[in-house]
Amino acid sequence: MQRNHNHTKIITIEKVIDETPTVRTLVFSDEIMANVLPGQFAMVWIPGINELPMSVMISQESGKAAFTVRKHGDASTGLFNIKVGGQIGIRGPYGNSFDLKEGKLLLVGGGTGLVPMMRLLTFVKPTDDVTVLIGAKSKDEVFFEDLSNTLLEKNTHKVLVSTDDGSYGEKGFVTDLVEKLVSENQFDGVYVCGPEIMMYKTVQSAHSRKIFVQASLERMMKCGVGICGSCCVGEDLVCKDGTVFDGDHLSTNKEFGISHRNKAGILENY
Amino acid sequence: MEPSLATSIGQIQLERPVMLASGILGISLDVFNRLYRSGAGAVVTKSLSTEPWDGYPNPTIFSVNGGGWMNAVGLSNPGAPNFAKMIESNQDVPIIVSLVGSIPADFELMIKQFENCKVTAYELNLSCPHVAKVGLEVGDDPELVKQIVTTVKNSTKVPVIAKVGLGTTHYLKTVGTAIESGIDAITAINTVRAMAIDVETQRPILSNKFGGLSGTPIKPIALRCVYEISSKYDIPIIGCGGISNWEDAIEFFLAGASAIQLGSAVGDNWISIFDDINKGILQYMKKKNFSTLQEMVGLAKKS
Repeated sequence: MQRNHNHTKIITIEKVIDETPTVRTLVFSDEIMANVLPGQFAMVWIPGINELPMSVMISQESGKAAFTVRKHGDASTGLFNIKVGGQIGIRGPYGNSFDLKEGKLLLVGGGTGLVPMMRLLTFVKPTDDVTVLIGAKSKDEVFFEDLSNTLLEKNTHKVLVSTDDGSYGEKGFVTDLVEKLVSENQFDGVYVCGPEIMMYKTVQSAHSRKIFVQASLERMMKCGVGICGSCCVGEDLVCKDGTVFDGDHLSTNKEFGISHRNKAGILENY
Repeated sequence: MEPSLATSIGQIQLERPVMLASGILGISLDVFNRLYRSGAGAVVTKSLSTEPWDGYPNPTIFSVNGGGWMNAVGLSNPGAPNFAKMIESNQDVPIIVSLVGSIPADFELMIKQFENCKVTAYELNLSCPHVAKVGLEVGDDPELVKQIVTTVKNSTKVPVIAKVGLGTTHYLKTVGTAIESGIDAITAINTVRAMAIDVETQRPILSNKFGGLSGTPIKPIALRCVYEISSKYDIPIIGCGGISNWEDAIEFFLAGASAIQLGSAVGDNWISIFDDINKGILQYMKKKNFSTLQEMVGLAKKS
């Protein structure tokens, strides 16, 4: 019988990879999650703690998928602390996915926002010329640089890193580098996932030059299925209408880059 | 002549009979506008409290094996004052403001917040089955129901609806008390108190352990309640509980409901569900030669 994607399935963590002191990748076997589209997410249940939306990370092994989590609040720290053999629940996949153009592509990721970008890299064609831009606060928070190079072995490509403090790669905000790159190159598509302000500025840089750009948004989510309304951004629901939105659409949204809702649903500014 | 989808629930006039139920998608005016454009006749807000509430930790909503949805969101809401400010600019959307509280003064205070807002009706949540001291615990106390309805009716000229559910006091008694206290209409029913346990990890799935069951499994129960209320009392009824297509909607009209509300069906079918049901109702009306919705209301009781 086909699995009902709304039913929580319990899976067992098979491998834990330390990416940085605060970021881990938890690998598990699941055919459905192994084959999700870039931008799609799962609702992940950490029994006894919480449930949270997670972009589905790729695994180098077939039939496997992963979650890459930064410990931050109760829920993400709960997931971060799951050991090999630990059980978590997953439902989904939910949401839409990136519309991958061909030619010269720019992928911008900040922190765990790199997760959908890594999956997007598995969909690029060998003829695509791909630039990956990784933004981090400092050197010890840089991850997926090697993975990006490995995934792009067969492509003309560049993997650039910028750190806010200059301890690795270029010094400065990743969005400054985005602005520089889009002003000097003719990209056929720009894709971004990370902190909202980073996405906002990236969308602005590309959209103002009429370059096709998409961002994968993050909001507080309870249901993941369009019932609770927690994840609304203007009139859009991230879980059902997104997570991926076009720059054209985002440039008309009153809340993107400006505000998000807290647990009670009150708008708070970024 | 083209049949009309317009309906009246007592004093409440709506162009279309399918509303968004409380608790669903109800925190942003932009989303309300979108739902209205998509065919909803009215939107019922999340139940608002005097103060903002965060609600329970996740898991708060999940799909149940065998059908339907289980939730214990915990009435998360931005609080009546914040919410009133957000909908002040509302021009177009018929908004029914759902209120939740423990004592009459809570409701009185909240209604004052909406003085400058265009509110089509208030819906008193007397039936949420998973939060202490409010909702069903209030609905189960006839004296409190009487006090709250009386106070609210004295606080506003806007029509007031009571939403009832299946608690420890027979819901027909709660309905009777609300009617005696001056209520204008009844919404029946809320979710049904329920739970689910994950056998692999051997623990309740909801963080609150208990929640409310909604969706198709409760539709026959809700339909029975609407039929019973309309058989016993002369009061406008809004049917709610597991309605997921136009045939379900018609069943509720035939049982005595003048309008219906949807919640879980939005999760199953997304926002196009409103238009789909409107179209289905219209086609049925043409086929059966009804020109107004009112002609159908309660018809099943005649046979």
